Amino acid sequence: MSQANNDAVLAAAEEDNCEFLVFSLGDEEYAIDILKVQEIRGYENVTRIANAPDFIKGVTNLRGVIVPIVDLRIKFHLDSVEYGGQTVVIVVNVADRIVGIVVDGVSDVMTLTPDQIKPAPEFGVTLSSDFLSGLGSLEDRMLVLVDIDKLLTSEEMALVDSTSNR
Amino acid sequence: MDITDFFDTFFEEAEELLADMEQHLLELDVEDPDSEQLNAIFRAAHSIKGGAGTFGFTALQKTTHIFENLLDHARKGELALRADLVDTFLEAKDIMHDQLNAYRSEEEPDQEVFERICQTLQQIALEEIGEGLEAAEGAPIANATSSSSSSDTKAAPAKEAPVEEASGADDSSAASGDMLNVTLINVDEKDRILLVEELEQLGDVKSHSGDESRYEVILQGNTSADDIEAVMCFIIEPEQVEITAIEGEAPTPAQEPPQAPEQATAQEETPAKAAEPAPKAEKKPEKKPEKKAEKPKTKKAAAESSSIRVSVDKVDQIINLVGELIITQSMLDQTVSDLEDANSSLQNGMSLLQRNARDLQESVMSIRMIPMEFVFSRFPRVVRDTAGKLGKEIELVTEGKSTELDKSLVERITDPLTHLVRNSLDHGVEMPDKREALGKPRTGKLILSARHQGGNILIEVKDDGAGMDRERLLAKARENGLNVSDTMSDEDVWQLIFAPGFSLAKEVTDVSGRGVGMDVVKRNIQGMGGRVEIQSKKGEGTNTRIVLPLTLAILDGMSIKVGAETFILPLSAVLESLQPAKEDMYAMAGDDVVLKVRDEYLPVIAIHEVLDVENAITDPTKSIAVIVQGEGRRYAMLVDELIGQQQVVVKNLEDNYRKVPGISAATILGDGSVSLILDITGLHRLSRAKKASGKPVSQQNPTYFKEAEPS
Repeated sequence: MSQANNDAVLAAAEEDNCEFLVFSLGDEEYAIDILKVQEIRGYENVTRIANAPDFIKGVTNLRGVIVPIVDLRIKFHLDSVEYGGQTVVIVVNVADRIVGIVVDGVSDVMTLTPDQIKPAPEFGVTLSSDFLSGLGSLEDRMLVLVDIDKLLTSEEMALVDSTSNR
Repeated sequence: MDITDFFDTFFEEAEELLADMEQHLLELDVEDPDSEQLNAIFRAAHSIKGGAGTFGFTALQKTTHIFENLLDHARKGELALRADLVDTFLEAKDIMHDQLNAYRSEEEPDQEVFERICQTLQQIALEEIGEGLEAAEGAPIANATSSSSSSDTKAAPAKEAPVEEASGADDSSAASGDMLNVTLINVDEKDRILLVEELEQLGDVKSHSGDESRYEVILQGNTSADDIEAVMCFIIEPEQVEITAIEGEAPTPAQEPPQAPEQATAQEETPAKAAEPAPKAEKKPEKKPEKKAEKPKTKKAAAESSSIRVSVDKVDQIINLVGELIITQSMLDQTVSDLEDANSSLQNGMSLLQRNARDLQESVMSIRMIPMEFVFSRFPRVVRDTAGKLGKEIELVTEGKSTELDKSLVERITDPLTHLVRNSLDHGVEMPDKREALGKPRTGKLILSARHQGGNILIEVKDDGAGMDRERLLAKARENGLNVSDTMSDEDVWQLIFAPGFSLAKEVTDVSGRGVGMDVVKRNIQGMGGRVEIQSKKGEGTNTRIVLPLTLAILDGMSIKVGAETFILPLSAVLESLQPAKEDMYAMAGDDVVLKVRDEYLPVIAIHEVLDVENAITDPTKSIAVIVQGEGRRYAMLVDELIGQQQVVVKNLEDNYRKVPGISAATILGDGSVSLILDITGLHRLSRAKKASGKPVSQQNPTYFKEAEPS
């Protein structure tokens, strides 16, 4: 195989590659499409909203925009939910909305080739496989690829008015 | 460039012209019409016709043409105006407006309506002047494709019959008019044909010839150079027209020989005119038309240069950013004032920054403000139509047209205001005969006014009609099963008319009486953060007052503290605050508690319960009761502490989240944190729902999970 040919194959493969932002919730590693991510910031100054589900921590001021903050650790029923210096909020942009999600930490950005992405098995009551775009396997690591669009607009997240009268 | 690029300009101009036309029609005194006004109406119709012709809007062109002809007779005094004629004219104007809208949305206008109005207008011409306009029907549409055919069709009728078309009518009186030489510079053939057709409408075209760079048209008629230019400007630029009066006794023949052979017809007709008195030799300065173009034109040009159209989104973005700036500035301010060793120049700088930031905010907010005139300008027509339908005589007075109001409010206030005005006309003002019998002037008076009052705008609809009848209202309310008593205050009795389904009209009319309107009016106004008050005196009239905040973006708020959380109450809802005494609190069946305040029992809403606030004061006698009003009802709201009043920038929660019960919006406090703005009636509903379910709403969530508190 010639060098040029090889490059072309690589380039073609690259087009299908996706970049993911990897974050941790407890001991597990999750990843979301990096194009959905607007910014990463610390967890601070969140105003509680009464009578909202417990995983909705409240709203915060993101440069003049009121943004709801969702704690995925509570949503995914993790045992230890602590807020400290390491706690970060990933601000994502889904369905024309800006939402902040609280995670334990952001580790890195990874490029996955299509053959590294395996279909997600049917599992879990807490995290329906509907909200997963697959599992990413990287040598000894496994990344849970979350379809953040579907997850945040789903009815059970209660982030969007069910009667979409916006 | 495509001709469609000019469509928008035409639509806008035509819309303005129609609005002008309507205004003049409404102001027109039928007994003694002001010729200036008639001319203005005529000019508007004519200009629209010109544009419509250029762009191929046939129906609009035909309608305006027939209309214009009638107006032409009217301004010459051949057609005696009557109120019903003006009504028809107004109807015609409405139809033209519909046609314009249809063309704007790239549809064909309603053919049936178009034919009907043409017929009506022609009927008027036939009956009033005894002169058919049928010829006019075809003439203007003869869309000449070549200059020769246009000159044929046009020259012939001018020669034969004076009635043939608009210009024909002009001819008879214009015979002695000035001879004008209209020179078109750099106008292509297609436009030239149109322009010549236009000129034929204005006067008698003696000849036209030339090439693209310079094309001369000799026109005889009474039309002033200004008018000609105003008409032509629909098609070409003012610089492209030169209008000069032609001197001398031997006008046309001298000019004509060098002109094209196709002018034969025009020449033939000159001998007939030769007997006429020679046109005035007065030479008009060439510059004149340019300098003193038709008035609306100059006004428009001035408006164009002094204003720009900007999308509301952009303005809102600026407002948002300025809001942020203000917050950052107050954060800085806080930091500086906390500094131990205050540096005086730093403090000076800070206060300067504060002042500049406030000024900036004010100016930016003012961008969104538009004068009430935009709302009021439609009412002369509403009043006229409604009064006409009801057979009443009404004089409308508007005051405070320049009062400015947020654009979004202006758009939303129009409907409720129209409803109130119609109501006043229908139920308020009496029939002329009855008024006379009561010793009032026959003509009823309706005053619409707007003015600023504190941080609010006050809009009043005042009539000098019959006023409201307290007894009748109470009787009707009982009939409707409403809970009323004879001891109610007048103010409360008047508020009854806002109850859903409440109508005093004995019969349902075209205008009102279904009883659906007033509660919608009230709800709309409350939706805008305002309120409606009524003052009425039997036999003397009714005054409906609408109090609105100046803008939706800024709210006068009262910040309160419950536990560690800060909330904002709309200041307009806060009546008073007091420390509840134990003996004034009464428990009602179940969990309900009422607070007695000066002989009134108010339902108590404990914020910490409704919104699940932790570490709040739970003993009512240690907390503060804020008496608030929402949708006409009063509540006692228990809070821990009152912090103070402040203006807050209202931020929508639904943009990124959803509607939250009991919360109307959010705002950002000086420290950058978010505070929620309470919705009083929503809180009351929430509190009732909670008590009914017997447990906090949040616990209905089955996946309730113990969570650690934020550090």
